[in-house]
Amino acid sequence: MSVAEQEYNHMFGKDPYSVPLEDYDVSQPELFYSDTQFGFFERLRKEAPVHYCKDSENGPYWSVSSYEHILEVENNPKVFSSEPSITLVDPEENFDISMFIAMDEPKHGDQRRTVQGIVAPTSLATMEPIIRERIGEILDALPANETFDWVDKVSIELTGQMLATLFDFPFEERRKLTYWSDVATTIPGPDALIQSIEERQNILLTECLPAFTELWNQRVNEPPKGDLISMLAHGKETRDMGPMEFMGNLMLLIIGGNDTTRNSLSGGVYFLNQNPDQYEKLRNDHSLINTMVPEIIRYQTPLTHMRRTATEDYVLNGQNIKKGDKVAMWFISGNRDAKHIDQADDFIIDRPRPRQHLSFGLGIHRCMGNRLAEMQLRVAWEEILKRFDKVDVVGEPVRNFSPFVRGYAELPVQLRPLAK
Amino acid sequence: MTKITFIKHDGEEIVVDAENGTSVMHAAVDNLVPGIDADCGGECACATCHVYVEENWFKKVGGTNDSEEAIMSLNPDRAETSRLCCQMPVTDEMEGLIIRLPEFQF
Repeated sequence: MSVAEQEYNHMFGKDPYSVPLEDYDVSQPELFYSDTQFGFFERLRKEAPVHYCKDSENGPYWSVSSYEHILEVENNPKVFSSEPSITLVDPEENFDISMFIAMDEPKHGDQRRTVQGIVAPTSLATMEPIIRERIGEILDALPANETFDWVDKVSIELTGQMLATLFDFPFEERRKLTYWSDVATTIPGPDALIQSIEERQNILLTECLPAFTELWNQRVNEPPKGDLISMLAHGKETRDMGPMEFMGNLMLLIIGGNDTTRNSLSGGVYFLNQNPDQYEKLRNDHSLINTMVPEIIRYQTPLTHMRRTATEDYVLNGQNIKKGDKVAMWFISGNRDAKHIDQADDFIIDRPRPRQHLSFGLGIHRCMGNRLAEMQLRVAWEEILKRFDKVDVVGEPVRNFSPFVRGYAELPVQLRPLAK
Repeated sequence: MTKITFIKHDGEEIVVDAENGTSVMHAAVDNLVPGIDADCGGECACATCHVYVEENWFKKVGGTNDSEEAIMSLNPDRAETSRLCCQMPVTDEMEGLIIRLPEFQF
């Protein structure tokens, strides 16, 4: 056992009040894999909403866990920079992949404006019938009267098809997009999708980059059209990007559109099964989909946190954050902050003002695709309710081993079709 | 109370009586004016209460502040008279104010 492992103070399996606050490290993936994180965050919000973790897998960092302090950090991007990384993991050496989510002004805004049009309302309105048709086909092909994995058959399939559409990526090869996104976000390990950081870099450089470069070369020689690769290839602020920056921004858009929607689509099924009264309410009134969708996104919080890095000393809730410190804004905790959200621990599909949550972040880095995400989930649920009386969860889900992407690897379900 | 008129992108007008001291955003949300989602609840942090202030009113109600400017600058459809209406406190001087609601928020 290495020295680092001996000192690693595991929180998994412990009572939140049996671990001294000074030993808290809420970034341990076991907590999220076992879905036991909430008690620890509740104690942080009560006793130390701005908390210093003196050591972790990724070194020391601050945890900001209350809604009001997360807002304070989000609204001060000059002090709380998105560079060099928006996760607690620092950029990999000699692998300078760059994406606008991890850039400050003015470059962030310049690049973001280039691709923002694809998620503009007019563009969403064009996409909606395509999405509806595709989700319909996916749902109609599902097996009746047998147990299957909702994650693989529905959530991944739908988001994969969406990504292929947004990028105008070869449709038959769409699972590659899902695969690269998973490669980029998986924590390397012996049983994981990738075993090492080197393997990640190798896959991205030898598979992903050449595929995208080929599409770029094709689009740059065609007149501009509405897909994301064409937008980047022709955009004034993006057309001169180097290959690593190009791949970085594509990966950002893939990851942004993949994990998040996928896990919210699985999460919704799970939450409704955990809360049968809410499922009943929904079956009796399908119009509740509109408020249920943001509630699912809040309750799931598919990205648990974003990291910022202090550019100068700053006092937050009486704590002295020093220049250079890592600061994690735990959206998953702010979304359960009872000071800001009534009955925050409950899943309530018709709550008032359901969009007041932190899952998309706030401020200038707020999720660009938030209305696209909501639209995909709304259409999916409209089509699900047209076909199935219930989607029954028939076993416990397998969760992601990650403190960043909160989601499901498997969710066994059975369908109960509507009586005809 | 101050009378404010919201004009939807399709031309429909909605007149509301706004309470002084509250924000134009809150007046809109309280009166169910469509196209003002105000996801962040008035913290100048989501840009979903973007409006176009009628030109002759823009100077009277005051220009944008820095945080408004930062977040609105990301929107390719912002206009010279754009404001985030959560940053506009309702005052007596606003009697008769005309606000247009951008199509991109519907």
